[in-house]
Amino acid sequence: MSDQTTNSIAFVAKSTIPASPPPARETGVIRWLRVNLFATPGISILTLVALWAIYTVLSGVLPWILNGVWTTDSLSECREVLQGKVGACFSVLTERWNQLLYGFKYPSDQYWRPNLALLLFFPAAAPVLFFDLPRKLLIFTALYPFVAFWLIWGGPVSAPLLALAGFVAGGAVFQRFGKANFALGFFGGIAAAVVIWWLGALLLPASGGDNTLLRQVPSRDLGGFMLNMMLGITCVSLSLPLGIALALGRKSDMPLIKGICIVFIEFVRGVPLITLLFVASVMLSYFFPPESTVDLFLRVVIMMTMFSAAYIAEVIRGGLAALPKGQYEAADSLGLDYPQAMRLIILPQALKISIPGIVNVAVGLFKDTTLVSVISMFDLVGMIRGPILASADWKGVYWELLGFAAFLFFIVCYGISQYSQWLERRLATDHR
Amino acid sequence: MNNSVFFGALTVAGLAAGAAAAGTLDDVKARDKLNCGTNTGLVGFAAPNANGEWEGFDIAVCRAVAAAVLGDSTKVEFVPTTGKTRFTALASGEIDVLVRNTTWTFSRDVDLKFDFVGVNYYDGQGFMVPKELGVSSAKELDGATVCIQTGTTTELNLADFFRANNISYEPVPIETEAEAQQQYLSGACDVYTTDASGLAATRATFDDPSAHVLLPEIISKEPLGPLVRHGDSEWGDVVRWTLNALIAAEELGVTSANLTEMTAGTNNPEINRLLGTEDNLGEMIGLSADWAVKALSVGGNYGEIFAKNIGENTPIGLARGLNAQWTDGGLLYTPPFR
Amino acid sequence: MSTLSDPPKLGFRPSMLINDTRYRSLTFQVIAAIVLALAIWYLGNNLLQNLKAAGLNISYGFFSTPAGYDINQRLVEYTSQSSHARAALVGVLNTLLVAFLACITATVLGVIAGVLRLSNNWLVSKLMMVYVEIFRNIPVLIWIIIIFTIMTASLPAPNDFRGEDPQASMLFSSFAFTNRGIYTPLPFFTSGIFASAALNWLLVIAGLGLSWLVTRRIGHWATARQEATGLRPKTGLWVLAAWLLPLVLLMLVMGLSWELPELKGFNFQGGIKIGGPLIALWFALSIYTGAFIAENVRAGIQAISKGQTEAAAALGLRQGRIMNLVILPQALRVIIPPLISQYLNITKNSSLAIAVGYADITATLGGITLNQTGRAIECVLLLMLFYLTASLLISAGMNIYNASIKLKER
Repeated sequence: MSDQTTNSIAFVAKSTIPASPPPARETGVIRWLRVNLFATPGISILTLVALWAIYTVLSGVLPWILNGVWTTDSLSECREVLQGKVGACFSVLTERWNQLLYGFKYPSDQYWRPNLALLLFFPAAAPVLFFDLPRKLLIFTALYPFVAFWLIWGGPVSAPLLALAGFVAGGAVFQRFGKANFALGFFGGIAAAVVIWWLGALLLPASGGDNTLLRQVPSRDLGGFMLNMMLGITCVSLSLPLGIALALGRKSDMPLIKGICIVFIEFVRGVPLITLLFVASVMLSYFFPPESTVDLFLRVVIMMTMFSAAYIAEVIRGGLAALPKGQYEAADSLGLDYPQAMRLIILPQALKISIPGIVNVAVGLFKDTTLVSVISMFDLVGMIRGPILASADWKGVYWELLGFAAFLFFIVCYGISQYSQWLERRLATDHR
Repeated sequence: MNNSVFFGALTVAGLAAGAAAAGTLDDVKARDKLNCGTNTGLVGFAAPNANGEWEGFDIAVCRAVAAAVLGDSTKVEFVPTTGKTRFTALASGEIDVLVRNTTWTFSRDVDLKFDFVGVNYYDGQGFMVPKELGVSSAKELDGATVCIQTGTTTELNLADFFRANNISYEPVPIETEAEAQQQYLSGACDVYTTDASGLAATRATFDDPSAHVLLPEIISKEPLGPLVRHGDSEWGDVVRWTLNALIAAEELGVTSANLTEMTAGTNNPEINRLLGTEDNLGEMIGLSADWAVKALSVGGNYGEIFAKNIGENTPIGLARGLNAQWTDGGLLYTPPFR
Repeated sequence: MSTLSDPPKLGFRPSMLINDTRYRSLTFQVIAAIVLALAIWYLGNNLLQNLKAAGLNISYGFFSTPAGYDINQRLVEYTSQSSHARAALVGVLNTLLVAFLACITATVLGVIAGVLRLSNNWLVSKLMMVYVEIFRNIPVLIWIIIIFTIMTASLPAPNDFRGEDPQASMLFSSFAFTNRGIYTPLPFFTSGIFASAALNWLLVIAGLGLSWLVTRRIGHWATARQEATGLRPKTGLWVLAAWLLPLVLLMLVMGLSWELPELKGFNFQGGIKIGGPLIALWFALSIYTGAFIAENVRAGIQAISKGQTEAAAALGLRQGRIMNLVILPQALRVIIPPLISQYLNITKNSSLAIAVGYADITATLGGITLNQTGRAIECVLLLMLFYLTASLLISAGMNIYNASIKLKER
């Protein structure tokens, strides 16, 4: 039997057959196309529809961009160059570049100041955004606001120094007494800072003067994309501590404080930002002492800070609620009092959970800074809708300008949201 | 993060605020800067140019006031205001004077507690339509879609006009001039309405101005002038008489060309009083004797300012019309400098 | 013999206000109350001083005076002689209208985009990702302006429909897409049972309600049969008949007819007009918020564990039914809470209508009324009050809905 079988076989492979390539429809591009684009008739139809959509958009936009004119001085010149062809007049961007970025009033020989401030922002923000960096860098972060303030507004260097001195004094008092008694340290710190500022303010006018290192720029002269960036960064960073305080207040078991926080948060979250900006522009000045005026930039910063603080408070409240109850009980059982428990156990964890949410609020707020154009501030959108489109040279170049504004915001916001996703992945410790 | 730009700003704002309890005139002098409320951008009247310098007809008035009070026409801070923010800005003291196409009406003067110190431009609301529609009178506009640039009393006049003539229309109120024009040019509106001066300015910037006509009807009186807070008459006087000085100078033939010559003294006592070489009107008003000379040296007299910013040789091309001197059949008539 | 050290001192020491937990919270609250009262007093005092200095007062008297301006889109009767209060009401209704419309379309758009984002089709899912990222990362104000500009620039003006050889023509000679808005035919009854059109329409709605009841009965009957016999009878035709018959009957009896829009004078007349600003705002809000909802939907679907899909597949359900019957109902519980806040965002973002000249509450009360009366404080306060009320009502309503679909655990 076995012999027969052996003999009847004409050929026996002595070695393994080399692996043959998979069939054409199962490899490379074709397989990829088949699996990803044409798996079923329904999916194929979707693919075709998508291709058609892409084609329509690209065929309209691409020639317009590629034929763009970059070097003319006015729209009519640009139209002459194009001679009726489809094409964009990007020359409005090159000609009005500075106005789009800095507004029309910031002194042009001083552009290096906001540029430098922006450049310094990256190392200042880095230790906050990336935990791996040495903690020593936080010192620079703490100094940054004063440096940036001085760079952008200029004027006597004593003002930011005084503000810094106040904070240092407050911090020192807190360090000294805060360990033993939080409340004493906290209120003592505030008192120390206020005393320093008050003393300084008495002395300052004498030392101030016009011959300063950096020319003073009134905040009304700020504009363009710079204004959006400044409002965004300032309001988000100011609203963080306020938001934490509000979130803790809302979780507090003192009915009065809880009530105040709830009313504040729900009120601010219930009205659109634009009404708050109306408050800033038409109402708020009535609430300041009669003999003083507070400039529009500061009033807008106040309202926007309140706005984003309410949203950040809700995000942090979510983070606090997500912590297991055991963490609170553990802190109590160690005998920590409330400030210690919050500072050492609860907040570090809760904030970590909340970071992606906070970043989302920050992106939202940054986008919302465009609303200031409605109350006659010349941010990027305000510059476009106001002085640039109203000028005789550039009447009617909507697409280029709006497209540019959209592009700038997209770059920044997309960058931040990519960071947020990276962070989410890094912080994700559960296994799905 | 930088959680304290705020406090720095607060400190500076607190310092910059200073005391303002005294009269506005003293405030302005103490601050050494005039805060002047303007339009956010209306070419010819108040708009930043390509270099970011504010220029225009209203701006020239601000500069003249600054020169009269502070002796320097550059000591002005221009505060752009919208239709919404202008009155609060003035009432709250953020600005000292509002020179922004604002119509002098009863309720603004009386109810809102402002003082209009005069009229620097007599305007009226008009209509612009494309020529191809073949409309020759606003009364033929039954059923038309009307683009309105909101801001002055435009919406109210329009409603009154159409109601009085018993015809219907569809209003499209637009906030910014650029967007209103875009609507009009793309045919989303049949008619564009705003103050006649604005219409002329707008039409001048079109690719083909001749394709659009201004209808003959002027449906409202729009005396536009600077205004100040009610109850501060000293400051009101300063602004009023600076404006009057500009107008009187044109009437008396004082121009920027012959200003130095005339300052030396003329045999016309009224000119001498105006320029401060006779009597001392400056002292009465709390300014230096040559306040009017300083105001006039900025951009010349009313006629020169008009010609430079909105006159017939500019792209805006407005005729003097009602804004001519009374001697030329216009409405400009200043009380005597005496 | 002394036993222990001193017994704890009873009685009250001032330091207990800070150090004793029994009193501490009271202390803090008293401090907070004092600070709050001081702040309110300070701000209120400033306000009074400022108003006195400016000679102004807070008065809502302007509300009953004639508004004096016209509004192009109104859901209630309004003329330029109506009061400012009436103008505010028109604005309120317009706000609610655009918010309602945008909520519906944004939800539809968002669900479609969110599901397609997870599609097996590489191209489509990438395309949806691009849509979501582009719209989420650019401010809504810019989108509203861009879409309004696209609309006015790309759609034909009514004038283009004129002449022997018009540049544009109406769709089926009954729909006109112009840059002033979209005109559609208006149905009306030539021989209505009631004299008033509203009552006739009410009758139609009542008829539809009847149809709905009948279809429910049919459904119950079919389920009962299925449970009794194991076979579900085919009811498709019956359901169709139940919906169509009363409707067709009513239409025939009352003589349904359509009023077609027609180019007369400057504009199209007749038919239903959906104004350009409304469309632009509606579309911009839907497409912008749709991108956010798409992300919520995606997150919601991904939150459902893969076991659910596999279990459903093991039961032999098809792909579409797995989505409809198993995944989406569960994902809905995750999606609803963020959806509520997106609806609130739409309502609040509709205040950007002023950028396109849509007469919402911000444009009437907070815009022209404020401009013309100069009553800034009163107008802004009322404006905030309205939005606050609307927000609280919407979130209350949606929370009730959320509670009703929540997993009922026993």
